[in-house]
Amino acid sequence: MSAAQRALDAAQTAPPPGSVGDRAIRSTRRTRRWGSWYVAEHRFLSLRAYAQTVVVTAIGNPVIYLYAMGVGLATLVDANLGADAVGGVSYLAFVAPALLCSAAIAVAGDEFTYPIMLGFKWNPVFFAMNAAPIQPGQIINGIVIAVAVRMFVTCGIFYGFMLLFGAVSAAAGFVSVFVAVLTGLGFGALLMAYTATLTEDTGQLAMVMRFIVLPMTLFSGTFFPLAVLPVWLQWIGWISPLWHGAELARVFSYGANEPVWLGMLHVLYLGALLALGWIWARRITARRLNK
Amino acid sequence: MPEPVIVAQNLVKKYKDFAAVAGVSFEVAPGESFGLLGPNGAGKSTTMRMVGAVSTRTGGDLRVLGLDPNRHGPEIRSRLGVVPQADNLDTELRVRENLLVYGRYFGLPRAQVARRADELLAFAQLEDKAKAKVDALSGGMKRRLTIARALINDPSILLLDEPTTGLDPQARHILWDRLFRLKEQGTTLLLTTHYMDEAEQLCDRLVVIDKGVIMAEGAPAQLIRTYSSREVLEVRFGSDLNADVAAQIAGMGDRIEVLPDRILIYSENGESELVRIVEAGLTPITSLVRRSSLEDVFLRLTGRTLVE
Repeated sequence: MSAAQRALDAAQTAPPPGSVGDRAIRSTRRTRRWGSWYVAEHRFLSLRAYAQTVVVTAIGNPVIYLYAMGVGLATLVDANLGADAVGGVSYLAFVAPALLCSAAIAVAGDEFTYPIMLGFKWNPVFFAMNAAPIQPGQIINGIVIAVAVRMFVTCGIFYGFMLLFGAVSAAAGFVSVFVAVLTGLGFGALLMAYTATLTEDTGQLAMVMRFIVLPMTLFSGTFFPLAVLPVWLQWIGWISPLWHGAELARVFSYGANEPVWLGMLHVLYLGALLALGWIWARRITARRLNK
Repeated sequence: MPEPVIVAQNLVKKYKDFAAVAGVSFEVAPGESFGLLGPNGAGKSTTMRMVGAVSTRTGGDLRVLGLDPNRHGPEIRSRLGVVPQADNLDTELRVRENLLVYGRYFGLPRAQVARRADELLAFAQLEDKAKAKVDALSGGMKRRLTIARALINDPSILLLDEPTTGLDPQARHILWDRLFRLKEQGTTLLLTTHYMDEAEQLCDRLVVIDKGVIMAEGAPAQLIRTYSSREVLEVRFGSDLNADVAAQIAGMGDRIEVLPDRILIYSENGESELVRIVEAGLTPITSLVRRSSLEDVFLRLTGRTLVE
């Protein structure tokens, strides 16, 4: 039997102990298990390139929005409608949890768009990762991990400012940070999957920001209760991750009155979006890297 | 013969109806330097990606280090070093960071990766660029950094897809020197190229590949002996005259090839062919006698030149 035939046959069974193949199998266990974290580590290192933007937005965003909406606009709202007219609390308390969720959405908009395009095309590090023992699914996992961490930090800082502004009245207020991160990831995972399908940026991402993110922010019960809108516009809220997130965050930050089933539905809906986007993104990445 | 590290049998890769690789078979022995020589679009890179366990084969059989890429992709890749055709260094990171991050992908401990990164920066002659941005490097430096990155895991096989395409002659020679050192250290090299001088410099053995199939296989010198003569006489009479003159000198040498800009006369002795041409009353504008190269082998096998 030729050496080639032996090599072909040998691969049908486990490689002999001590052979290169056997050693490769053992040494790759670590990457099989931790590969997603290695990708996340890489993302953190890359994040340093725009660390300033990350820090400035994480601190500037809550200050500006809480001040403009929660203090500026609130003065007008509370003066005209009465102190507890919107959602039974001050306008600041009403609007702050929704702004917290939209801060997470903003991070999703940063991290699940251009960095994905970059990895596939402009700075094709995904191909380099995949040439090493990293699997396509691990690339996506690593990105989700890294973004989740950035969201936690951003939302944590935001929540700190909410406390400072006196916008939180319930003891379980801190849970709204988790809700915000779930909101950001639920929306972001879908955005990531969509971006992964793009082979060319001909302005699609700018369109997403303008015609999906912006209307979503405006019509998701962020600045006024969804019930204020005519019924034929309320569907925007029902499908909007931001509405589900904001409603749930309000339950925790000031004890907004909501039936338990609806609270469960919010969590399920956001969780489903996250799972859907995540799986979809993994599939597309596997397909694009395996040419 | 030692167990081959790469075995491909009837390897096929199809994209819908188009077969980029249409039944390719070859073997690479440990420590061997093996080349895939062919023009653009011949199926070299596709073959490389299948061997690199990042592209699923459509048909045939493939084993790398005794493992099947379909089942053990990550395991195979853990023992490979890959230098792709286009550099895919992370331009958001600095030079040394590129090595550090990449080393982690193989599950190597940080301290070990750091040590190895410094060794490789020295090997790639990039020590004083450690903190530089990737975009600030020249083409040749980027290429050397890509090779350094591919070596971070001390691979058993190094895959190089057109390693010197787009580099200036000096940068190519530096790179060849580095690759030659690796070869001396016993690293198995699998490389694609459309430069015959590169193949002659670096390859112990190669296959000539065109339109997804193997046209010939052997050591460079052996291929030249089999498919070409010892010497080649190149004569130019001007683009309009080449065809007419070719008719007049038909029968000279072992074989004649008429290219748009020149006529090639294959012979054991180029000088004596030139004398015969002059004696026939013809005066070429320029004439050159050279040794046969792989370019001639390729021309003979496919009727086309390598770099078009």
